[in-house]
Amino acid sequence: MKRRTFIKAAAGAAALATPAIRSAAAQTAPTRNETLIVVQEYGPNSLDMQGIGSAQPVNGVSLNCYDTLLRFKRVPFAEGTMTHDLLNYDPALAESWQIASDGMSCTFKLRENARFHSKRPVTAKDVKWSMDRAVSIGGFATTQMAAGSLEKPEQFVAVDDKTFRIDFLRRDKLTMPNLGVTIPFVFDSETAIANSGGDPWAKDYLKNNIAGSGAFKVESWKPGTETIYVRNDDWACGPLPQLRRVIARDIPSPSTRRALIERGDADMSYGLPPKDFKDLAEAGKVRVAAVPVPNAIWYVALNAANPPFNDVRLRQAIAWAIPYEKIMSAALFGRGVPMWGGPEKIGKIGWPVPSHYSANIEKAKAMVAAVTGGTTISTSLLFDAGSATIAEPMAVLVQESLAQIGIKVELNKIPGANFRGELNKKTAPMVINRFGGWLDWPDYFFFWNYHGKNSIFNVASYQNKEMDALIDGARFATDPATYETQVRGFLQMGMDEVPMIPVCQPFHDVAMQKNIGGYTYWPCREPDFRFLTKGA
Amino acid sequence: MTNAQSSTLSHIRYVLSENPVTLGAALLFAAYAAMALFGPLIAPFDPLASDTARALQAPDWRHWFGTDQLGRDILSRVIVAARVDIGIALASVALVFAAGGLAGLAAGFFGGWIDAVIGRIADTIMAFPLFVLAMGIVAALGNTIPNIVLATAIINFPLYARVARAETLTRREAGFVDAARLSGHRDGALLLTQVLPNIMPIMVVQMSLTMGYAILNAAGLSFIGLGVRPPTAEWGIMVAEGAGFIVSGEWWIALFPGATLMLAVFCFNLLGDGLRDIVDPRRRT
Amino acid sequence: MRAILLRFAGALPTLCGVVVVTFLLTRVLPGDTATYFAGPTASAESIAQIKASLGLDLPLTEQFRRYVVALVHGDLGMSLTTGQPVLTELINRLPASAELTLCGLFLAIGIALPLGVFAAVRQGSVIDHACRIVATAGVSLPVFFTGLLLVYIFYFILGWMPAPLGRLDAFASAPPAVTGFYLIDTLLARDTETFRAAAAQIVLPAGTLALFALAPIARITRASMLAVLGSEFIRTARASGLSGPTVVLTYALRNALLPVVTVLGMVFSFLLGANVLVEKVFAWPGIGSYAVEALIASDFAPVQGFVLTMAILYVLLNLGIDLLNRAIDPRARRGA
Repeated sequence: MKRRTFIKAAAGAAALATPAIRSAAAQTAPTRNETLIVVQEYGPNSLDMQGIGSAQPVNGVSLNCYDTLLRFKRVPFAEGTMTHDLLNYDPALAESWQIASDGMSCTFKLRENARFHSKRPVTAKDVKWSMDRAVSIGGFATTQMAAGSLEKPEQFVAVDDKTFRIDFLRRDKLTMPNLGVTIPFVFDSETAIANSGGDPWAKDYLKNNIAGSGAFKVESWKPGTETIYVRNDDWACGPLPQLRRVIARDIPSPSTRRALIERGDADMSYGLPPKDFKDLAEAGKVRVAAVPVPNAIWYVALNAANPPFNDVRLRQAIAWAIPYEKIMSAALFGRGVPMWGGPEKIGKIGWPVPSHYSANIEKAKAMVAAVTGGTTISTSLLFDAGSATIAEPMAVLVQESLAQIGIKVELNKIPGANFRGELNKKTAPMVINRFGGWLDWPDYFFFWNYHGKNSIFNVASYQNKEMDALIDGARFATDPATYETQVRGFLQMGMDEVPMIPVCQPFHDVAMQKNIGGYTYWPCREPDFRFLTKGA
Repeated sequence: MTNAQSSTLSHIRYVLSENPVTLGAALLFAAYAAMALFGPLIAPFDPLASDTARALQAPDWRHWFGTDQLGRDILSRVIVAARVDIGIALASVALVFAAGGLAGLAAGFFGGWIDAVIGRIADTIMAFPLFVLAMGIVAALGNTIPNIVLATAIINFPLYARVARAETLTRREAGFVDAARLSGHRDGALLLTQVLPNIMPIMVVQMSLTMGYAILNAAGLSFIGLGVRPPTAEWGIMVAEGAGFIVSGEWWIALFPGATLMLAVFCFNLLGDGLRDIVDPRRRT
Repeated sequence: MRAILLRFAGALPTLCGVVVVTFLLTRVLPGDTATYFAGPTASAESIAQIKASLGLDLPLTEQFRRYVVALVHGDLGMSLTTGQPVLTELINRLPASAELTLCGLFLAIGIALPLGVFAAVRQGSVIDHACRIVATAGVSLPVFFTGLLLVYIFYFILGWMPAPLGRLDAFASAPPAVTGFYLIDTLLARDTETFRAAAAQIVLPAGTLALFALAPIARITRASMLAVLGSEFIRTARASGLSGPTVVLTYALRNALLPVVTVLGMVFSFLLGANVLVEKVFAWPGIGSYAVEALIASDFAPVQGFVLTMAILYVLLNLGIDLLNRAIDPRARRGA
């Protein structure tokens, strides 16, 4: 008897001891509830979003592993989904900021307790080095900074250890919003310089290493396979994230990504074809967070600089011949907002807004016949093989429709690597493409796509002095009334001249398990792990 | 001569009766040939006409193989695609037969530096991972049907050159060649009139066997996104497009073109085996 | 030893040919690498800047000279898509491809060898025809289609197989690298749980590959067995009263294996190159999928590196088979 009691007691002691051991273990190994598994088509090709050649997923690294001075305020969008407000900000590395009374500079007070992963405190010197780097390094980072009139290192001043000032070149409504995107983030400049091997911007080191203060660190990065993030328990710029570990796997096959989310083996699935998002949303087993991508449209561009589409009547005819409804149902499976069938005169201003065109083959046929007198026009239509899931069915439907109005179209699927090269040639007669600006202003979109400066995104090579004047007028308009007139002017002109035929505003869809909460949509569209929660 | 002919015929009859699989393959081949020749006439619908109201419909009495994303009739597309696929395979096989076969013939017959050079070329091609080489060629030259044909022919070159060379070697010193040589034929003429006809049968077998491989190769290229241009119906592209719909339950989009493709390759392979039995009883195993 | 060196020297022109052809091929790829990597919103200056930094503005001969010089120093260049040195990536990824290919090959041997033997022993029987049909059907399937179908059936519908997430499921961590083969490394680390996880992941892709490798192995086994079974010494063995199975398994099979080994080598090198599609379907982090992605993005360096690696493997493999044949069969020494 005695002996048995002893065993029992020992067992009891062991049972008591186990939870203690468990909780100790929990400190070291994150549980499944603290671990998120994301599947995506491809992962980051660098850890440095400012670096040249960084791909889309690198934005996610910037978001999660680095901090900016300020963040866009998160606002509720739908159940379980948040979006952001480009005009209101939350403090991040800067705990407060003040725009000077002349409106020509802004002074930021840095957070006292913010530390880099190296334990060094974040100083104004680090902020200046990082901003200097962004405007000097070239490539996308520098262009994006310039979009907010952040152009020269002299604009950035480290006043003291914890005070930082930006001097504005001009009053630009995009300057403050541009501080919240994934480019002007702050590096640990001492660590970067110490490992730079002589390169003033430590490009090689920062490409492969994180030197930031962000909520997550990169534990392991196998390009093309997986990226593992672990929480930075000392993060100062927000509430401590619930997730302690995030595993982002690269799964090239979209079918597999769908299967994984449907069977519950992944918590979040990125970049599925619209058909799959539609099915998942309808089945209701997982949540699909759908946000119409601000500022973005799918469009058909017609080369306005070269025959035959330099004739505005032909462009309008085509706008009347696009099979909008068919495209929406068969190519996008309803995952977008229609951008046709609007009023003749622009109503509420904004972007995107619906055009006044809709599918009317008879009308289009008559318009084409009036120009050509019945002879067939032969032309070609380009689209990016990388976005073929949507663009290809769209192109096939457009081709079929145009055949009915006497325009013979050959489809040209261009491999991703070559697509921008083709656009740069400025000769493609018809292009199906998608564009969206990070900064959601109509003049921003029109500046890139319709301005006579003829950027690569002005796919139609549209040149019109009046249009340029309206766009420039709106960009630097200081009073709301002038702004509205100018915007209304270029929107109307864009619709009447139709170098680009808007088709729809796409959704940004993400599929996640029902127990995942706190999803936030940011301009860069990458997942933000900081605010995500995972329930039991 | 008549005697020989009738013995060949009886041999064929013997092989076919002994080997019902080959007979089946021959019948299947006839069906595919009919599809390739008369496809557009047989197809119940216009293979390119979309009907988005009837998109993604499961097989029924109207659409036996169902409809695809754009509501196009899959049966019609499968039938019409036969001409494209078999066309690509035939053209590439003909091309590689002309190039590889003649090269191998010359290498085997003349030997020396000609043999060395052709051998080196074949070795170099063999050292490439063949599918990636085909991808590279198509990506570099552009994804058009002629380029797919060319790429497929190039990766098959070593095989043809080697078979032709080996066959030529065994016949170079054969009695009938010597006889022709003695009667004053020049080398070139000798090669074309005496050796070529003799290695023809074995080359035909080779062609049948590589037809299937050529179709698979083109399908693989389509899967990677380097196939023929849309909206052309082609089996590989249809499978690649349908692959994205398997998990969501629309299995018919990939299954029917996939099965048709598989059956075609299967048929060419069995036929190749059967032909070998007929033309080359020595190798019959 | 001399023979080996000679053989190797003989392979040099082939390797040179591969280097030149790959270089030229990647340069005519239509992609404009600089424009692609300059990102959206790139100005003409920033494109020119990138072009210069990549050396793409130099004449072709100079580019080739630089490439060869780097190659001699063992530098295969940098991948632009993954941002890593090509050599490191190839070394990291080769074991994944090799493990998959070997598993596929073993699986294929396990099925094809008995099938071929049976077909030969019962020539003309139902088994013989079945062997032929199964083997031919195997090579007739487009591998990407088979792969997707297997994933759909065994993972999505039946749930027998783990998610096709690559070499390990998300919660398992890779064993300490010794050979790079997870199946071996996990056993060395005595980590049976991870071993099971790795084994479960490899079943479907290896099965897909095996289907493709069945035909050549089954065919050559059957043919070679038939030849041996018809030979003098087997008839002698039979006549001297040895039982059927003994003759087939001990005498005939052993003698029939030589051509099978030769074919296995070829099948291995073929599979290693052919599994690019399987890797793509199963998210397998091997060198094939690496090369395909790079080719699509007009990323030269990985494509060149991959092709060169495959060519060297091919040459080494042929050499190995040659030596093996010499070792097994003295007659081959004269032949070559």
